[in-house]
Order: sequence, then C-alpha cells, then structure tokens
Amino acid sequence: MSEVVNVRDLGSQGMVTLRGDMSSKAFKAACKALSELAIPDRNKITEADGKGIVWMSPDEVLLLLPHADAAAAVAQFAAAMGAEHHLAVNVSDARALIAVEGPFAAEVLAKLTPADVHPAQFGPGDFRRTRLGQVAAAIWCVAPGSYRVICFRSVADYTLNLLSASAEAGPVRHF
Amino acid sequence: MLILECPYCGVHADETELAPGGEAHLKRFGPGSDIDDFEGYLFMRENPKGLHFERWRHAYGCGKWFLAARCTATLEVFGTYPAQSAEPPQSIKDAITAKRPGWSWRDFA
Amino acid sequence: MSTRLSTAGRLIDTAKPIKFSFNGKTLQGYAGDTLASALLANDQLLVGRSFKYHRPRGVVAAGAEEPNGLVNLGSNGTFEPNQRITTTELFDGLSATSQNHWPSLEFDVGSINTHLARFLPAGFYYKMFIHPRPLWKHVYEPFIRQSAGLGKAPKDRDADTYEHFNCTVDVLVIGGGIAGLAAAAEAGRTGARVLLIEQTAAWGGRAVVDQPTIDGQTAADWVTTTLAGLAAMENVDIRTRTMGAGVYDHGYVLAYERLRDHAPKASGPRHRLWRIRARQIVTATGAIERPLSFAGNDLPGVLLASAVRDYAVNFGVGIGDRTVIATNNDDAYRTALALHDAGLQVPVILDARAKGGGELADQARAKGIRVENGKAIASVKGGKRVTGVSVCLQAGQGAVLEEISCDCVAMSGGWSPVVHLWSHCGGKLTWDEAQAMFRPNNDRPPTGADGEAMVIAAGTANGHLYTAEAIADGWSAGRAAAHAAGFTAKPEAIPDGSDVPELPLTPVWMMPQGAGYDLRSKSWLDFQNDVKVSDVQLAAQEGFESVEHAKRYTTLGMATDQGKLSNINGLATLSGALNIPIPSVGTTTFRPPYTPISMGAIAGVARDDLFQPIRKTPISGWHESNRADFEPVGQWRRPYAFVHKGESVHDAVKREVTNTRTNVGLLDASTLGKILVKGPDAGRFLDMLYTNMMSNLAVGKCRYGLMCSENGFLMDDGVVARIDDDTWLCHTTTGGADRIHAWMEDWLQCEWWDWKVYTANLTEQFAQIAVVGPKARQVLEKMGGMDVSKEALPFMQWADGTIGGFDARVFRISFSGELSYEIAVPASQGRAFWDALLSAGAEFGMMPYGTECLHVLRAEKGFIMIGDETDGTVIPQDLNLGWAISKKKDDYLGKRAQERSHMADPNRWKLVGLETLDGSVIPDGAYAVAEGMNPNGQRNTQGRVTSTYFSPTLGKGIAMGLVLHGPDRMGEVIEMTKGDGTYIKARIVDQVFYDKAGEKQDV
Repeated sequence: MSEVVNVRDLGSQGMVTLRGDMSSKAFKAACKALSELAIPDRNKITEADGKGIVWMSPDEVLLLLPHADAAAAVAQFAAAMGAEHHLAVNVSDARALIAVEGPFAAEVLAKLTPADVHPAQFGPGDFRRTRLGQVAAAIWCVAPGSYRVICFRSVADYTLNLLSASAEAGPVRHF
Repeated sequence: MLILECPYCGVHADETELAPGGEAHLKRFGPGSDIDDFEGYLFMRENPKGLHFERWRHAYGCGKWFLAARCTATLEVFGTYPAQSAEPPQSIKDAITAKRPGWSWRDFA
Repeated sequence: MSTRLSTAGRLIDTAKPIKFSFNGKTLQGYAGDTLASALLANDQLLVGRSFKYHRPRGVVAAGAEEPNGLVNLGSNGTFEPNQRITTTELFDGLSATSQNHWPSLEFDVGSINTHLARFLPAGFYYKMFIHPRPLWKHVYEPFIRQSAGLGKAPKDRDADTYEHFNCTVDVLVIGGGIAGLAAAAEAGRTGARVLLIEQTAAWGGRAVVDQPTIDGQTAADWVTTTLAGLAAMENVDIRTRTMGAGVYDHGYVLAYERLRDHAPKASGPRHRLWRIRARQIVTATGAIERPLSFAGNDLPGVLLASAVRDYAVNFGVGIGDRTVIATNNDDAYRTALALHDAGLQVPVILDARAKGGGELADQARAKGIRVENGKAIASVKGGKRVTGVSVCLQAGQGAVLEEISCDCVAMSGGWSPVVHLWSHCGGKLTWDEAQAMFRPNNDRPPTGADGEAMVIAAGTANGHLYTAEAIADGWSAGRAAAHAAGFTAKPEAIPDGSDVPELPLTPVWMMPQGAGYDLRSKSWLDFQNDVKVSDVQLAAQEGFESVEHAKRYTTLGMATDQGKLSNINGLATLSGALNIPIPSVGTTTFRPPYTPISMGAIAGVARDDLFQPIRKTPISGWHESNRADFEPVGQWRRPYAFVHKGESVHDAVKREVTNTRTNVGLLDASTLGKILVKGPDAGRFLDMLYTNMMSNLAVGKCRYGLMCSENGFLMDDGVVARIDDDTWLCHTTTGGADRIHAWMEDWLQCEWWDWKVYTANLTEQFAQIAVVGPKARQVLEKMGGMDVSKEALPFMQWADGTIGGFDARVFRISFSGELSYEIAVPASQGRAFWDALLSAGAEFGMMPYGTECLHVLRAEKGFIMIGDETDGTVIPQDLNLGWAISKKKDDYLGKRAQERSHMADPNRWKLVGLETLDGSVIPDGAYAVAEGMNPNGQRNTQGRVTSTYFSPTLGKGIAMGLVLHGPDRMGEVIEMTKGDGTYIKARIVDQVFYDKAGEKQDV
C-alpha cells in the first residue's frame, strides 16, 4: 500500500500543568516568561521553538517543554506567582506523546474519537481533549496530515496499538 | 446519543465524552439538619417526564461539571450553564418559556 | 422451472461466470448476481424450512425484506449463520448451506409439525408447557431448546477484522434511489457536507428496473449523470453497500458498511460501523411490496410481483415459465409486461379490484395477456413448489371457478413505505387511506437537540409512489435539509419525472374476502415464523388486543426480517378481527438495526489485546518477564504472586509472606492513587472529605484517613501527607484514584466553588515502591543517599531526598506491620530504581511480592481493605475505626448520615477477628449462623466473614468478619457456614493477629 500512516511514540516530553486565574497578569507573565508564548484561546495550542502552551480548561494550561526543564519550570512558575493561588506540577512522566502522521491520519483518529476531526474543522493549532477508544486523550493538529496525541502513561501501549491497528486497516476515504 | 455543549470549553461533546451526575440544584443538608430535609437531599428526586435539570461532567474533556436543562421525553436541550449557578440563568429560563410556557420545576418557573 | 433467461440482466456480467456451492453442490452464477438470483438461475427454488412447521420455503423477495432465504455462509473462522441470500453478493468460491432442517433440506423430519398445525396454534407453547410445573426443567425445556433457534452459532474465532468510523456531516441521505440521489445532489450544491449511503451495490433503486423517463432520459441515464455530478463535489461522499441501521438521539446514526463481503480475498476490515452525527437526515429508504394473504401463499414459487420483475430485469432470471399474477393495484401489471417481454407466459392476471386496472392493464391486454377483474386466488396447488392455482371470486368465500396450471405466482398487495429509520427516534406515522399504507406524518417528525425536525422522509419512503412525485420530494428534502443545517444555494430546476397514470388500489387483507377457517389457516402472514391469518385472529379472540401483545403471542414479526413483509397485513388482520380501524390498532415499535448487523462490526477494533485497555505501571515489564501471576485490579493488572519454578501459587504466597516478615520484600505500589490538593482552603476542604482532621497535620507528617459518601458509608481510605503549608498529597486505593479525584472535583466545582483549592491527579507521574521488612533500612542504607534512620525519618513521616542517586520521596508508612518505606520516584525512572533496589537487596534476601502477600500481611495485622471489609453498606464505626472520626469537626461528608438512628444502632454487626478451632481456613463469603430459621426456612445469621486467609506467619487460618455484638463476645465460639450444609467452629478474637503493640513497624 502506498498510503501509510505512521504511528510512533515520541518518547520523553516535558509537561507541566499550570492552574490558576488565567486572566491574571501574574499568570500570563509567568507563562510568557517560561515559554515566550501567549496563552492560546480555548481549544487551541501555540507552539514555537520546542515549547508550547495548550489550553486545557478555563483554569488550566499545559506547558510543553524539554523533559529536563520541567522541574525548574515548576519552581520558576511558583516563584513568579508568589502568594497568588495557583498550582504548578510536573506531569511529564504521567503522560505519553504519540505522533500520527500520514495522508489519512485524520481518518485514523476518526476511527477512535467521536470528535469531529475533519481537516476542514480541525486544522493546525486546533486542540481537543476527547477519548480514543476507551481511554482519555488529547489531540492536536500540527500540520495537515500530522497530529499529536497525549494519553496517560499507563495506557500508552493500548493507545499505540489502537492507533497502529487503525492505521494498518487503511483509509476510509471519507475526509 | 446526546450531544451537549460544554459551557466552559464550548465543545459539543458526545455523550460518551460526558459523565452523568444526576439531578441539579440540590441543596446540601449537613449535620444537625432535619431528617426530612436530609432525606430529601439524599434520596428524593424529581424524575420527570419532560423538563429536567441535570448535572454532567465533561469527563473526557476539560473536566468541568456543568448543568443542562433538557426534556427527558423529547431530549430537546434548552441550554447548558456552569455548575456554579444557584439557579438557571434567565436566558435559559427564557429559552424554556419560549418552548414550554407555564413550566415549573421544583421552585423554579 | 426457474432458470436463466436469454435476455441479459442489467446487473450481471455473463462474461464473468462464478463458481459457488450450495449444500455441497457446485453451481454457476455470474458476476453481479446475488446468491438468491444465482440459486434461482439453477432452479434451486427451495432454500430453507420455516421455523415452527418446517415447511418448505422459497425466495419471496429480492431485497432486505426477504424472510426465508437465510443460509449458513462460509466455514470455520468465516462461518456465519442466518445470512440473507437476497443481499449476499455472489463471489467466486462462495459456500452456503441451508439451515433449520434435519436430516436434509429436501426431506425434513420436522415437517411433521405441519400436519400437527391444527394442534400448534398461536400460544401453543404457553398453554401446553405450563403444567405440570416439575416437567418444565427436565422435559419441556430441553425439548424446546433443541427445536428453538434458527441457524447455529459459530464455533471458531472470527477470522476477519472490523472497525468503526466517526464522522460529522451536515446532511446524511439514506437511500440511493432517485429520491435519495436528488436529495444528495441538491444538498450538495449548497456546499453542505453530505454523505449519501445505499445499502445495495447498485444505485437507482426501483426506478432503474422500471425505467421511467426523468429529465428526458431513461432513469438509468439520469442516475449515471447524477452520480457523476455527485462524484465531482468535494463536499459529498457517496457509499454503496452501506446501510442506515439506526437513527438515534440528536442526529446520531449508525450505518453498516460491508466492505468485502462480496470480495472476501481483499484486504482490510470486513465491515465498518459508521457512527455519524448528522445535523439533518433524509430517509429516502423506498418502499416494500406487501404479500397477499391467500391459501398456500407460502409455497416455493410464490413471490412478490416486484421480486419476480427484479429477477427478470436485473439478473435475467425467470422464476417460472408460467406466472399467474395476483394483485390489487396497477404496479403488478409491470411484472406481467416485463415477463411477457422476456418471452415468458402470463396465463392470467387476477385483479381483485372489481373494476380492474388502468392504462397498464390496457397495455397488458394489448399484448394478449388475459386479465380477470374481481378475481382472486382460492388456493395455490403444489408441495415443494407451485404447480397451479385455483381461481375464485374475491367477493366470495372461495368457491373454485377454474384451475390454472402455473409454476410461479407473483403477488402484490400494494406498497408500504420503509418508515423504520423515520420511526426509530420518535417520528410518527399517519394512515393513508387512499394508498392503504402507513407513511411518515410530516407534522410530527423526529426532533433533535434544538427541538426542531432532524429527519425528513423523501420519495416513496414518504408515500410518493409516482416517479415525478418521488424525485421532486427527494429534491425538496435535500434542499430543506441543507437549509436546516445552515446551507442554501440558488434553486435549480426540479428533476422532471414522468409516469403512466394508475388507478387506485383496493385494500385486500384476505383473499378471497370471505375465506373460511380452512383457507385462513393456510394463509401465511409471517413466512419465517409461521404465523397465519388464523393465528392473529385467535390472538384477538383470546384477548391479546394490543398490537404489541398480539405480536408476542403469535410471534408475528419477531423473526430476523422483523416483520418487513408481515407487519401491515398482520395489523390489518388484527384490525378486522377487533373490528376497529387500522390506525387505531397502530403499529408495533420499529427498533434498530434495520436489518441485522454483524457482532464484529459492533465490537470494531475492540477485541483481543484491544478489547479493553490494560493499564501498566513503569515496572510491568519486569513483572511480565519474572513469572508474575497477574490479577486484574480495575484496568490494572497487578502481580498476585511471583511464582518460582516448582512452586504452586499458594507456595509462592507463603514464601513471599515469610520472606517479607523475616528479610525484606519489594512491592510495586505504583497503582495507588496520588492526588495533590493545594490552596489556601485545602486544609478546610480535606477536613470535609476525610472523617478525621487533616488541616492540623504537621508538614512532613503522614496520617491515615477515611472517606465516606454522603450516605455515611466508607468509600476509600489512604495515607495523607502534608507537603507544605498549603499542599497535601492524598493516597487513595488503586481502584479509587480516578473516582476520588472526580469526587474532589465534584465538591470543589459544584458545592464549595468559592474555596481556593486546586487538585491534580499525579497517580501516574510516580512509580511507588514499598520496601518492606526488618532489613528494609539496611537495603536503603546500602544504596546510600538520604538519612533513613528512625531519628531522621520516624514512622508516619516523609522526606524528600535521593536514594542510590534517584530523586525520591520516601514515606515511612506500613500496610504490613513491618518496618516499611514507600518510595516514590518519577515514573520514567521507576524501572531503573526497581532494578537498583533488587540488586542492592540481593544480599539481604530481598524478594518482590504480589497482592496476595500484601493482603495476608495486612490481614495478619488486622488492617481493613476497601472492598473486603467494606461493601457499600459498612460505616467506619462498624470497623472499630471510631478513632479515625473526628469529634471536633462540625461537619464532614457522611457525618449527618451517620447520625441516623440506624447508623447508631448497637445491633449493627461489628468487626472482629475469627480463628477456627481446628486451624483451617474459613471459606470466602461464609456466614455466622444464629439460632432458628427465617421465614424462608434458612438459618438465621449473626455475622459474616469479610477476609479470610491462611497465615504463614501463624501457621493457621485467620479471618476478619462482622459479627453481631462481636467486640463484646471475645472468646465465644460461633458456627460459620462451609457452603456444603456443614459448619465450621470459629472463636471470636481480636482482629490484630500479629504484633498487636505495633512495635515492628515503628523501629
């Protein structure tokens, strides 16, 4: 088959959960200082230079950064927030990051998630927390035909196998 | 398969991405409360055929609890709103009134 | 005889012959055939036996409504029973066998039942097998089980793969006839996302058989042109072999795509289940012809008139040389004309209408076909196939006027719109008196989330049987659906269909209308389930007046075809018997799926390793390669024990317990829940969640805590550590992690939303390893790093540091009664840390242990286990855990509930230890019996076992249990049930069997 969708584990990835009042100056400034990125709109991701910020919920973002930098980022964020109510915690090891890439990658995801991932609806920079098969996952579009999946570490094997089986089954040719 | 809009993240979530949480707008009765009040809080539910207010959690999503006003018979959804609401917002009440004039549910109307 | 005609069929390619087998006999068909058409081309009219009387059954229909043609397909891993031959496309090597007969299709012993038919009327089984009661289990049930069921369940694993596909569309059009095509084309023009699905392999529905003129072209040419237009639209996807199976809430639709049933050697999934969220749905699902009820209408060779026409036109198959046509409408004349054109004989058309038909009847007469108005079939002659009919007056009682020999009867009782998908989600129907049909009530459509219509019926499915009406209705349905989904375009011309004018039908529910019992008891309504006109009348007579009751009493419409042919005729018969109008009888409920879908498609990819998620800890790989005997704990698989060569699992548990108590053990405790709770109000929040105080826990210390539901029952327990001034780390049970985190968020978001608290579930961020036993400290000291002495890190405290170079958080907590360190390291280092511990511990006799050893250790110490000592009805006070319930707090979750009189009742069973007098192990689930019997003649009870084990440390059985006034009855001997009617004597003792003073864990 000439058309192939590649599913692979991207290995260690730094991830820090940051919770607080996202509209506060301190929160925005702390995020900016850590990533050089602005907080994205809801259901979006901003990425540049190996770092990213993901909108997770109205009081939570996920900071993406090199794995080795995560612990320091937690401390830096906590210091920047001072007495302002917040939570910063390293969750790098609690998650797995998977790439799904190829011409019908969106269809591979659509076999497993109820979310509308039609490329016309879910394009680069779009982010969605949903489920893949029977587990929670977060997905985003990097570029047409290129997606990232975050799932919990304990179900990384399940999610990888699920995505691989769906990729091997071939395209649906609906999107 | 219900589709409910999460008022926090705006996602039109599929029922399989949501966790149901039973009836909304329950008032908690704690220690020292009258036994009938406590029974009502713990056990008594409206269970209507028709308009109902329910709790849902966007479990496979932003994780937030929200409330939904919907008809249990036709499954029409009149609106969803944040869980941090002592009563349905006026806009939801208006939406219900437009479709179900003269409605009432517990103390709301 | 039934044979291939010289005139070519539309759908078959005679240049491509195909070999297949039926009951072991090799036959030939052509590419494009269905299994039904290929069998008919080989004169295989007899295809099965009916369910109850085992009567010979032939093909009746040409599509999804076929009730009789059900076969076993394939073998071994591809075996599947009850496959409908009219919807099975022929492929090279197809192998089918008939079912529901013994010993053979041609000679079936069970057909003796047909002679007993008089004694097997509706409700026979209910009446016959109810008395005497004792015979049911050993005589009746085995007999009925033997004869019940259609087809055999597959024995082998399914060799194929399946998948699901989710999509969201603006307009879903179900049905690829001219109405569906027109709808899709018009909706597609607006730019809406459109999906058009057709259950068969071919487009055009019935129009391409009858070939009316559309837009000045033949219907076939119009279909080709329209398909080309649809294919050119980027926003439109069209799919054949995809059936709309069910319409559900809020525009959710299941569709069933059969990707390679017709090409089994192709790669990829066999079936795909589409989970479609559609803003608007157009059901252009066509209509189904109704049989007529006359005596002998079930004989092989009696078919629907449209089916006879389909086989001739589509497949070039003639069912018989001489076909008698019986009808109450004009459409069946088309069959006569088609057969005549194919060179076959039509000896007579029996038109039950007194005044007969219109222009089509004139065409038939012009071709020299005899047409008899007001005439009916009195009965069909023949055994395993039709040999002739006797003719009577429709208005009479069946006196035979004439006998006509024939080998096929084509019947038409009018058409019923396929309203299943319209009805699945609440669409209502209306009775159309003129056309004698239920059709969608367009004023009461299924409604969606916004309370507005979400389904539009179109074409013949909407009751428009004329071409012009049907295609215009499809066009406007497509337009309306797109508009409702938010899309519009400038209108273009409505496709223009032309029709031969027809005279109205006359409803005929019994032929002849005055048929006596003899004829009625041979007039079939449900061919597969053997329900006759007389059965439905009997049901009505016996009081089963509701249509739903009559259905279940007679089994009308309960076969695999779900009444597609029998439904309306059955309702009409019931209506006649009850003397009430048909609309007052109503219809039975239409439930999905429209036709059966495969179990594989429902499962999709969720089978074998992907059946459900298996959660793995960072150390799972080591367990797998070191002879772990796993047990499921939620979706985790935890090692139950590590079994050495030559050991039984029980031996392994004993060894692990003894080694941990004497040397040092190692437990992968990574699955324990770890929830971070932080904020200025975190202490106040935890004081509400736990029964004891957590706000006053000092930084650096740990405390065991209990959580109760608002109903007062104990739901989880675990150790809480105070991390810093506003941060606590709550350990939960393995199964409780997600649940307790959700529970916390529920209270924070929905009740105390002004409290400043954030939570994070860090369960999977850390690998947590318990190093347990008298030599635990020596192992850690050997690895080096932080000070783990009693002075630096006393019992029930925690500290951050490094151990053997690993960043670690060490908790001095013990669930075993031994000196114990629970050490958390980042999950990515978990495996390396485990390996380092094992290598450092080797000289101290360190061995890993599993969950059963963990359970024995904790039971010896009298520690409770959530799920063993608790079952949702147990409060902490029952477990003598009153010490963990704060008296100082005004409130905590469950406190009010525990104030109820029943919760404070001194007669609640309370936790004690139990040891048998003979040292044996009390069976799991044993009850403590009390004097006397209850009203059911069972022994009264006074308690039950909650945990019971063999203790290797004590060398005897130990148990915990809840016993009436237990703590006040120390030393008393009670009797426990063994499950075999005998009892075992056990003494009530303290629940702590080992190191009651707690000295060993605090060293």
